[in-house]
Amino acid sequence: MADRTEPGSNAANTQKGPVKLACRNVWKLFGANAVNFIRERDGKASTGDIAAAGLVGAVRAVDLEIRQGEIFIIMGLSGSGKSTLVRCMSRLVEPSHGKVEFEGKDLLKISDAALIELRRHRMGMVFQNFALLPHLNVLDNIAFPLSIQGQDRTTREARAREVIELVGLRGREHFYPRELSGGQQQRVGIARSLATKPEIWFLDEPFSALDPLIRREMQDELMRLQTMLHKTIVFITHDFDEAIRLADRIAIMKDGEVIQIGTPEELVVNPATDYVAEFTRDVDRAKVISARSLMRACGDAEHGGTVAPEAKIASFSADIVTAGKPFAVINGSGKPIGEVTPQAVIDLLAGIERLRAGA
Amino acid sequence: MTVTASASQAKPPLQRWLVIWAAALAAVLVLFLLQDSIPWAVNYPAGAVVPVSDWISALMGWIKSNLSWLTRSITAVLGVPLDFALNLLAKNFKIGHGADAFTLPRLSWVGVCTVAFLAGHAAGGRKLSLLVGGCFLYIALFGQWTSAMLTLALISIAVPFCILTGLFVGIWAWRKPWAERLVVSPALDLMQTIPTFAYLIPMLLLFGNSPVSAMIATAIFATPPMVRATMLGLNRVPLEIGEFSDMAGCTARQKLWRVLLPSARPTLMVGVNQVIMLALNMVIIASMIGAGGLGYDVLLALRALKVGEAMEAGLAIVALAIALDRLSQALAHKQAKGHVHQQASPGLWRRYPNLTLAIAILAVTTLLGLFVPAFAAVPKAITFTTAPLWKAAVNWVTINFFDTIEAFRVALILNVLNPLRAFCEGFPWLGAVFLLGLAGYQLSGLRLAAMVAALTAFCAITGLWEKTMATVYLCGISAFIACLIGIPMGLMAARSDRFEKVITPVIDTLQVLPSFCFIIPVVMLFRVGDVTAMIATVAFAVVPAIRYTNHGIRQVPPALIEAAKVSGCTPRQTFFRVQLPLALPEIMLGVNQTILMALAMIIICAMVGTRDLGQEVFIALSKADSGRGIVAGLAIAFIGIVADRLFSAWTAKARARLG
Repeated sequence: MADRTEPGSNAANTQKGPVKLACRNVWKLFGANAVNFIRERDGKASTGDIAAAGLVGAVRAVDLEIRQGEIFIIMGLSGSGKSTLVRCMSRLVEPSHGKVEFEGKDLLKISDAALIELRRHRMGMVFQNFALLPHLNVLDNIAFPLSIQGQDRTTREARAREVIELVGLRGREHFYPRELSGGQQQRVGIARSLATKPEIWFLDEPFSALDPLIRREMQDELMRLQTMLHKTIVFITHDFDEAIRLADRIAIMKDGEVIQIGTPEELVVNPATDYVAEFTRDVDRAKVISARSLMRACGDAEHGGTVAPEAKIASFSADIVTAGKPFAVINGSGKPIGEVTPQAVIDLLAGIERLRAGA
Repeated sequence: MTVTASASQAKPPLQRWLVIWAAALAAVLVLFLLQDSIPWAVNYPAGAVVPVSDWISALMGWIKSNLSWLTRSITAVLGVPLDFALNLLAKNFKIGHGADAFTLPRLSWVGVCTVAFLAGHAAGGRKLSLLVGGCFLYIALFGQWTSAMLTLALISIAVPFCILTGLFVGIWAWRKPWAERLVVSPALDLMQTIPTFAYLIPMLLLFGNSPVSAMIATAIFATPPMVRATMLGLNRVPLEIGEFSDMAGCTARQKLWRVLLPSARPTLMVGVNQVIMLALNMVIIASMIGAGGLGYDVLLALRALKVGEAMEAGLAIVALAIALDRLSQALAHKQAKGHVHQQASPGLWRRYPNLTLAIAILAVTTLLGLFVPAFAAVPKAITFTTAPLWKAAVNWVTINFFDTIEAFRVALILNVLNPLRAFCEGFPWLGAVFLLGLAGYQLSGLRLAAMVAALTAFCAITGLWEKTMATVYLCGISAFIACLIGIPMGLMAARSDRFEKVITPVIDTLQVLPSFCFIIPVVMLFRVGDVTAMIATVAFAVVPAIRYTNHGIRQVPPALIEAAKVSGCTPRQTFFRVQLPLALPEIMLGVNQTILMALAMIIICAMVGTRDLGQEVFIALSKADSGRGIVAGLAIAFIGIVADRLFSAWTAKARARLG
């Protein structure tokens, strides 16, 4: 887990951890009689069927598993169904069909009281436009989720002060939302969602309403918090750069369907469709692609240095070009598993497609 | 190519409508000309009148004789807080009977005035403090204290009642869309278009001539804005805030009371402001069924034609209205601006310094009143009256300008009002039903057409056709003149910031004044009759025409005006080709409001001797004839609803065309 400190490091730990939250053939259709429509078809329907029935398919046949402790990003343009999907996961929107499993238990079958309990103690959510209560000050806003659980004032304010400290808002306890900047307001939103110590943390485009500079700062802040807290995070965004910076894994959505799930590197190296390729086209590849993807079998040339398989190209590109010799890629026990040539790095930096050469 | 094609396609419907309208008008004309052979189509036959009013009278009679235990207990229950408020503010508490009765004094006027200053300061700073305190001081010094406090006591009991009822009904309507659509919205429409007088009759019948029945009438009349504000406020809470409360694990009740309603507070406060102003308006009118207070003073003075006294009491109403309006508006504004942080500290005194101070001042001054009479009642020595002054002014005007005013009045009646009245009253009822239905069909469809025709027909089949048309005539001409004055003023205000600055406080004040107040000065100059009613109505109804026009022009997006300028429009072209068309829906909305306000005012003008539905209600009120009054009230409401629906449909159509 230690390497989580470095933004964007991923590949190695995506396979770890038990499944925390899973969607199994989840559908959300809008329109008259949507539930019966999809049930009659046994959870299968084509775009044509849906249109013919006069329905709108916001989320269609989504299957995905989110593992404990990972940052799972759902990425798509507006109207792609990503917000509806995350609301299906928390049952803010009732799915028309399918299962949402929280630690293996179907969320859609539990009672209202159990759902309230679950949301009170195990889920947290941050909203795009902050959703702070205008009539409460920072302290009361953050303590609000605790107060509705019935905690007494001293306990909840003590906890609220802890999270205020955590997000760096000390001294603003008695300010009202209107008196804070956008970035500060979202810090309050983050603190509020963390006050209940949730296990799974939904972030719905949390930084989209902020200026680019502040957004960057808040992304770093999120990574800092995650290294301390190790939450299971479901993060929605329409910004691919943001997704690459933060994600362990990314699910790309289009027209209500998930078209590809993978690490940022997998998406860049192996786009499933032209749509995904279009997204990844302008990405700074050297920062996403690791030595493992670029290496080829060792030749007889002399090596100018060694790199780990997970190392991003950008981290050693200057060295390898200066050295002018291939670098050996070595695994944990020090054995070389392949090599990366300066030419491959130069081609990558220059945007010449020579990927998959050794992958 | 495509443009011309679509234009030529769009033309036929318009031409078809022209032909249809021409045919319809011709048909009505024929109806009018043939009135000798088919008189039933012009004047509804007296023999076929449906006796709705008798049915209602019978129903009310049954309720009265069978449910008197209920009305009595309601009177008793509501009487308790009302008596308390009346005693506290105006009448003194009397404990015990006879010789050993002990009198606990009412709140001292010095204390109440000081608290008014304090409240103004707390809500809006020094300027508001001076305004609110000044208004109260004015009331005290002009010798209207006791009456004004009676009025204030009634309001202070009716308003919380309205707010609570409005809140709960609004929540219900918000929760259950079917209830909103089928019950609440139609009820609100009806409640707000039924004239104020019509409320009084059943109240008088059920609860007698007492402050309690006045209070109930007030509560019913003033509740609708709170219901609307609640629904609007709850619907306007951002979706995310609702989702947040779900994710935080709020139960439905916690979500409503701890998240949604507090978030909606700014809108709710606007509703509270409107409730207060409507309550004041109604309390004045309810003086006819025993509310007492300032309204009663005006009523007595008007009946005795004591112009000076009426004017004085009227001005006291104005002062009270301004004070209450500015105070509640400042509070609403404070809510909307949001809170400012302060270090929370325990202790009542620290947390609510103004409240504690106010209570202390009231207690001290009232106790002092036990020993110093000057604190208990406003000393005669420092009050003064302006009644003789007003009387002298009116006398002077009457003596010097009688001929001019009279000539104007007579000319107006002979040349404009009477011919128009004759035309309206002779209009065939069948033709009106048909034409209005046709308009409804063109603007919206069969449903609106059916509704408009049915409501119009109701006025005829209950035998009120002539009076209905008399109301339509007076209301129509007043609204027309109000628009003729108001729209150009609104346009001027939109084009000149300086003019807007001058006119805004004027229309703000006009809007706040209870309708009663408009009659007093006009009656002084023009005596009773249609001219007085018309002038008072124009003054009352001109506000929305100005306000909406100004707003409509000013809300045209600057980008469009820049686009027009860049395309080389002269200012004149920009105004006529861009701003005015885009502002038209908003202006139409203003016209709609003007018509509804004119209708409300025309009815009250029955007090100055008009001969229309208002007079019908007024007579019913004095005879306590509930059936007659309610049917006339419904007819008035239906005129308003027909006008409102047709205009709304038209506005909606214009809006849709502009996108």
